[in-house]
Amino acid sequence: MAKGIVHKFGDNIDTDVIIPARYLNAPSPEELAKHCMEDVDPTFASRVKPGEIIVGGANFGCGSSREHAPIAIQAAGVSCVIAASFARIFYRNAINIGFPILECPEAAAAIAEGDVVSVNFSSGTITDETTGARFQATAFPEFIARIIEKGGLLPYLKARQEAQK
Amino acid sequence: MGMTMTEKILAAHAGLPCVKAGDLIEAKLDLVLGNDITTPVAITTFEAAGLTKIFDQDKIAIVLDHYTPCKDIKSAELCAQARAFAKKHGITHLYDVGEAGIEHALLPEKGLVAPGDCVIGADSHTCTYGALGAFSTGVGSTDMAAGMAIGENWFKVPAVIKVTLTGKLRPYVSGKDVILHLIGKIGVDGALYQSLEFTGEGVASLSMDDRFTIANMAIEAGAKNGIFPVDETTVAYVSGRVNRPYTVYEADADARYAREVVIDLSSLAPTVSLPHLPSNTKTISEAKGLPIQQAVIGSCTNGRISDLRQAAEILSGRHIAPGVRCIVIPATQEIYLQCIREGLAETFLQAGCALSTPTCGPCLGGHMGVMSAGERAVSTTNRNFVGRMGHVKSEVVLASPAVAAASAVAGCLADPAELMKGV
Repeated sequence: MAKGIVHKFGDNIDTDVIIPARYLNAPSPEELAKHCMEDVDPTFASRVKPGEIIVGGANFGCGSSREHAPIAIQAAGVSCVIAASFARIFYRNAINIGFPILECPEAAAAIAEGDVVSVNFSSGTITDETTGARFQATAFPEFIARIIEKGGLLPYLKARQEAQK
Repeated sequence: MGMTMTEKILAAHAGLPCVKAGDLIEAKLDLVLGNDITTPVAITTFEAAGLTKIFDQDKIAIVLDHYTPCKDIKSAELCAQARAFAKKHGITHLYDVGEAGIEHALLPEKGLVAPGDCVIGADSHTCTYGALGAFSTGVGSTDMAAGMAIGENWFKVPAVIKVTLTGKLRPYVSGKDVILHLIGKIGVDGALYQSLEFTGEGVASLSMDDRFTIANMAIEAGAKNGIFPVDETTVAYVSGRVNRPYTVYEADADARYAREVVIDLSSLAPTVSLPHLPSNTKTISEAKGLPIQQAVIGSCTNGRISDLRQAAEILSGRHIAPGVRCIVIPATQEIYLQCIREGLAETFLQAGCALSTPTCGPCLGGHMGVMSAGERAVSTTNRNFVGRMGHVKSEVVLASPAVAAASAVAGCLADPAELMKGV
C-alpha cells in the first residue's frame, strides 16, 4: 500500500531530465536524489516528501538506460510511479530494483496535480482519494510479480538458486 | 506458424523450438556489455547481493567511453572501480583510454558480436548490433549484474514491426535520414516494447555503417531492438573480425508481424529532428536557415569512417563559419587512424574543426562540447532531449554527418546538396 500527494508530469519524461548526465559521476542514491527531475522541475527534489507519488503520461522514462533514474526517484522518497505507459528499459530497471510502477492510462489522464492517491500494489487498484475515482492498473505477469515480491532481480535470483540447492 | 528473426534468435538462446510475441523467456547471453557510467552501478549491485563469480570472463565487455579520458575526479573514481573489478575477475575485454572507442562502434569492429548472437548491454544504444543480424538490447545495471553472474536474462518476446525498405538513397542522404524519417513517422513510442525488423530490396544498397546508424536509433522509437537480415555486406564485414562460428537466422515467409511500414529510400531527403524529441522531424528544406553555434560530428550513431568521409567531402577546401565550433570525434582508435591515413584529419583541422580522441563526451552533455544557455547545436548524435548537451536552455538538432558539416560551414542548418552545387 502507498498513499500520498501526486506530482504530475507530461508525456515522454526522459531519463535525461529525471537525472541529468552531469550528476551520473556520483551514483550514490543520496546524491542522485538531490537532483531528481531537476531539468523538468528544479524545485521537485526539495519539495517532494516521503511517500508521495509521481504520475506521468505516455512513454515515461524514455531514452538512456541509466538505472540512476529509478534509483533517483526511489531515493527521493517517492513511493511509486503511475504512468500511461513506460519506456521498456525504465520498466525493467524499476522492477529489477524492486521499485513499484503501475501502468494505467485512465489514472494517468484523470488524476490531477496535488490529488491524494492511494495504491494497493497487490491488487493494482488506484484510488484518487480527492475525487473518489478508482482505477485498475495492468496486472504484472506472474514471473515479474515474483521478482517484485522478492524485492528485485538479484534477491529473486538468489532465492531461486537457494531453492534449487 | 512461422517466426520472425528476433523470435528465432530468442528461441535458440532459450533452448525452445519456438517462441511467440508476448512469451516470457530466459535466454542465454553471448555478450554482456557495460560502460563507465553503468558498470560501477552494476558492480555495486553485484557485490551488495553477495555475488562473487562471473559466468564467463570472455563474454563480458567493459568499455570506458562516456566520461573518458576522465573529465573529473568523480568520473576517474568510476573508471578505477571498473578497472579493479575487471582485473579481479580476469575480464578479457576491458577497453581503456588509448585502445577504447565508443562501445557500439568498437565491439563490432573488434568482432565481439556475430550474427545470431543474443547480447545485452547496460547502455540503451546496445540495439546497434542488430545491424549484424544479432538480437541485441539495452538494459540497466541490475540486468548487467545478473547477466555477468549467470549469463542469462529474462525477456518478453517482442511483437515485430516489419520495416520494408525499397529503392536506393540519393546523394547526401544516408542511414541517419532513414531512421530519423522512420521515428518521425511512427513517433518516439511508435515501437514501444516492440522490435523493428528491416527488410526489403532496399537493404542491399545500404552500407554496413548505414545499417549500424539505423539499428542504433531503434531505441528512439521505443523499440527493444532493431534487426537487419544477414547478407553479403554483413558477411564481408564480419569476415576477418569474428573468429568463431555463428548462425544466420532468417525470418520465415509466414512470420507474424504487428504491422508493416514501407519506406521508399529514393524518396527521402536529408532530415533533421528539431528540439526536443527525435520524432520532431523536418526535411532540410523546411528547416534550413536556423542558426547554430556548434556542430558535433561523431557518437555511436555517426562516428564511423563513412560518416567522417561524408563530412570531410563537404568540409574539404571550406572553413567553418565564424561563431561556430565544429567538434569531430572519430568513434574508435582504428577509425581515428584511418582518418589520418586518408587525409580526413588534415581536412578537418584545416577547416577549423576540433578533432578529438574517441569519447561519447558531448552527446550526453558529459564533456568535450557542453553548451551554455541559449546555444544550439546541430549534432549527428541520437538524442535532442531538454538539456541533453548541457544547459537546460540549450538546444540540439539531430542530423546526418553531411547536414552537420554543411551547417557548420553555413552557420545555420543547410542542405549539403545545395552547398556542394554552390547554390
